[in-house]
Amino acid sequence: MNLLQPVLILSFAFLAVFGEATLSAPRHWLGAQIDLLPALMVYTALNADIVTVSLLAGLGGLWFDSVSANPLGVSILPLFAAGYPIYLRRELILHERPFAQLVLGTAASAAVPALTLLLLLNTGRQPVLGWGSLWQWVVMTAGGAGATPVIFALFDWCGGAFGYQPHTLPGFRPDREIRHGKILK
Amino acid sequence: MFKQKNYLALGAVVFVAVLLLSLPTRATERLKLAVGSWFLPLFGLAGAAQQLPGDLADSVLPRHELLLQIDALRRENQQLKEQQVQTVAIARENDQLRGLLGWQRQVAWKLKLANVVMRDPANWWLTIQIDLGSRDGLQTNQPVLTAEGLVGRVSAVGYLSSQVVLIGDPNCRVSAMVENATHDMGVLTPAGPPDASLLREPPVQLAYLASSANLKPGQDVLTSGLGGVFPKGIPIGKILDVQSLEFGTVTTAGVKLNAHLGALEQVWVLFK
Repeated sequence: MNLLQPVLILSFAFLAVFGEATLSAPRHWLGAQIDLLPALMVYTALNADIVTVSLLAGLGGLWFDSVSANPLGVSILPLFAAGYPIYLRRELILHERPFAQLVLGTAASAAVPALTLLLLLNTGRQPVLGWGSLWQWVVMTAGGAGATPVIFALFDWCGGAFGYQPHTLPGFRPDREIRHGKILK
Repeated sequence: MFKQKNYLALGAVVFVAVLLLSLPTRATERLKLAVGSWFLPLFGLAGAAQQLPGDLADSVLPRHELLLQIDALRRENQQLKEQQVQTVAIARENDQLRGLLGWQRQVAWKLKLANVVMRDPANWWLTIQIDLGSRDGLQTNQPVLTAEGLVGRVSAVGYLSSQVVLIGDPNCRVSAMVENATHDMGVLTPAGPPDASLLREPPVQLAYLASSANLKPGQDVLTSGLGGVFPKGIPIGKILDVQSLEFGTVTTAGVKLNAHLGALEQVWVLFK
């Protein structure tokens, strides 16, 4: 089993959560912080196995909630709910097309915060909500959608740079060689 | 086999999420702080990276610029010393007058400086993480402020870091009073998240005011000391506008906070 891909995905998730917690530029300029975990989940669901999808939902959600005022574990289910249907139908998705990545990134980035808020409200929490939340949701959706093709490109590059290259056979085969000239008996 | 693996993963994730959500609050807080401490090694790296441009700029600052800054700091220091002498005299006089009237003496604030290391990545909470914890004697509900005014209160304490819930979050309500003739009292509550025109600061309102409250824009809002969390007299902000709702039976006032919550880098934790 090639461990590079899960390790890269989980490392990226860890750094993404750290970046979201420390870099306040998007919040300063756009009024909302962009969440990269849904976009990463789209990549994982299309390119990795179910164990990595589950690990990303579990650990990514846990890391996110640990630096947030969210109740611990509340982000796990929305992340998994975004990745699991994509994973189940990934043979039908043209995941190499940037447009498909953009559409899936938009859907996941819109669904994850909405589901998290739904869970929070159902557990009796009182998050800061109002008309401004709609703007924040739009920023999160657009930011996540834009980040999805970038994450695909980044991981494709990482896979090429650090992973094993696929072994390709040369076109030359000695048994199919056409020999010219007179055959001596 | 393939389907069974998917169902197993689904079941495992749901089980872990439900288990975490149903843990007792105290256990969740501890687990949260333990998981959050995984990020601590990265703080040092981030801090060093942020400090690097400053250090580079310091190394190329001309000597005459440094001398000018030293001169300005000396003057400021002199002014502050004079102000301190006056303040000590006023405090002594205040204590004597309080003694004559039989009032309780005011206790001087003890403050500890903390660096803001993280902000809440979720847009629906207003919290920050500071680099002081139980190792430094921090406890929950200690007030947090800047030189400009109140910022929030400590909501969870870890060994090395703590979470501070900021004004504007539903979990941080402050009993406040307006510095006017009638000292109108109210509770500082959030008024929704920032909208597109108000990107930087959370809108905050002074609610539960008496209908006869005589408020005007520009009046100072201070902590009232009621509730036992925040001591009396910490500046919070200024009245922005006053609204009379429900046919004049309910009065609320918009408040502009003194502290710039969007750009917090260092804060003071108040020890009683």
